[in-house]
Amino acid sequence: MKKYSAFSLLKNALSYHENWQKVWRSPTPKKDYDVIVVGGGGHGLATAYYLAKVHGVTNIAVIEKGYLGGGNTARNTTIIRSNYLWDEAAQLYDLSLKLWEGLSQELNYNVMFSQRGVLNLGHNLQDMRDIERRVNANRLNGIDGEVVSPERIKEIAPLINISRDSRYPILGASWQPRGGTARHDAVAWGYARGADALGVDLIQQTEVTGIRRKDGAVVGVETSNGFIGARKVACVTAGNSGVVAAMAGLRLPVESRPLQALVSEPVKPCLDTVVMSNAVHGYISQSDKGDLVIGAGVDSYNGYGQRGSFNVVEHTIQAICELFPAFSRVRMNRQWGGIVDTCPDACPIISKTSVQGLYFNCGWGTGGFKATPGSGYVFADTVANDRPHPLAAAFNIDRFNTGALIDEHGAAGVAH
Amino acid sequence: MLLIHCPHCQEHRDEEEFSYGGEAHIVRPLEPEALNDQEWGDYLFFRTNSRGIHHEMWYHAIGCRRYFNATRNTVTYEILETYKTGTQPRVTGDSL
Repeated sequence: MKKYSAFSLLKNALSYHENWQKVWRSPTPKKDYDVIVVGGGGHGLATAYYLAKVHGVTNIAVIEKGYLGGGNTARNTTIIRSNYLWDEAAQLYDLSLKLWEGLSQELNYNVMFSQRGVLNLGHNLQDMRDIERRVNANRLNGIDGEVVSPERIKEIAPLINISRDSRYPILGASWQPRGGTARHDAVAWGYARGADALGVDLIQQTEVTGIRRKDGAVVGVETSNGFIGARKVACVTAGNSGVVAAMAGLRLPVESRPLQALVSEPVKPCLDTVVMSNAVHGYISQSDKGDLVIGAGVDSYNGYGQRGSFNVVEHTIQAICELFPAFSRVRMNRQWGGIVDTCPDACPIISKTSVQGLYFNCGWGTGGFKATPGSGYVFADTVANDRPHPLAAAFNIDRFNTGALIDEHGAAGVAH
Repeated sequence: MLLIHCPHCQEHRDEEEFSYGGEAHIVRPLEPEALNDQEWGDYLFFRTNSRGIHHEMWYHAIGCRRYFNATRNTVTYEILETYKTGTQPRVTGDSL
């Protein structure tokens, strides 16, 4: 892999940028792999990258039914933070945040990680009590955070309406300065390029249609392009996890539902932070292009259609217009939905299964993007060593039978 | 936006009048205390999460305030039938 640098930019400028090396190969699948990762989104590509980089497993294929990073990686609102309430979740998301902080250098690919800070607004007394509790818990876990007043919020985001007479009065917020946003596509592409350089085969336009087992152990996957053998199969298929699990005769405690987002026409820079509000169900930031990126709620019912209900968008826009009256004249450009696999406790499943050699990383629900590096890191370790990574142990699928749930509905940001 | 036919009210109404009740036909164990952790967890949390034909409960919250079941395609969102709780669906995954 040729390294990207100012020098390489200059050199390629001399040939009118027509001779850049391809970012990754398009290999023909081999007959057999040590590990097959099902799903070529951010989490799957990160898993393959860390398997190759940290654990020296390079005989890997990532099998993707569409194109790399074309599912939820391309459909989220790119918010990154680690201010989760419980120790287990906070440590997992903060590992991820620490990896984000060095990711562009690690991958030699600009993921445009911008630590512009994240505000979580409180609109009533109970919101503020929860925020104080969560910020205190974060600080005990070594995660930055503070409770800020409406006046401080106004300094951070001047367009916000902090009038006590508004429909959703703002009483305060939690503020995590290390949080921010990143460029969603770049994360997938950066991991894909890094994994490819380490010898991982990225196989696109190939759908896994079955998981072949023998004597209770995985032997490979059936695909739309024939059978491919593997000693281990790691499934990272987000909204379709239930479908893939059924191929191995398993059921998961997840339900798949559309989560919507929308962007406005590009406007001049006016919001240089991320504002989230659980109570009114809106979150908003401004992309580098200038579009306002707005996240809406999740549909109340199961669905695999990558769109969402109109009333959910309407509800979010009402709240955004109340919080930012100036945005009421901004026109919306595009709206879409991604299928999120939600767990009953709003925490992911990173786990071995009852089938030997079959692993699942799913259930990230409405908040998977921020976890991309950490998720890949601990899942790669889990797959390579056939035992949970210490930070993944609490996210075992067994917790739904033992009752050791990790209730992060409050910090997850989107009710589901 | 779904238009849902309530089998009690005998009317098509907007989805905002309804709330979702999750997968239908999950039978509550008659003796919960006799179940082990595995069986109880499976009953509480594990779902088929069908991609395609799905039988699910709906509650007519701003209406007759009664539960009923629907058979819906979770990819196209087409509602194939709605039927009263306690009755069986006419459309199933096998019948299509």
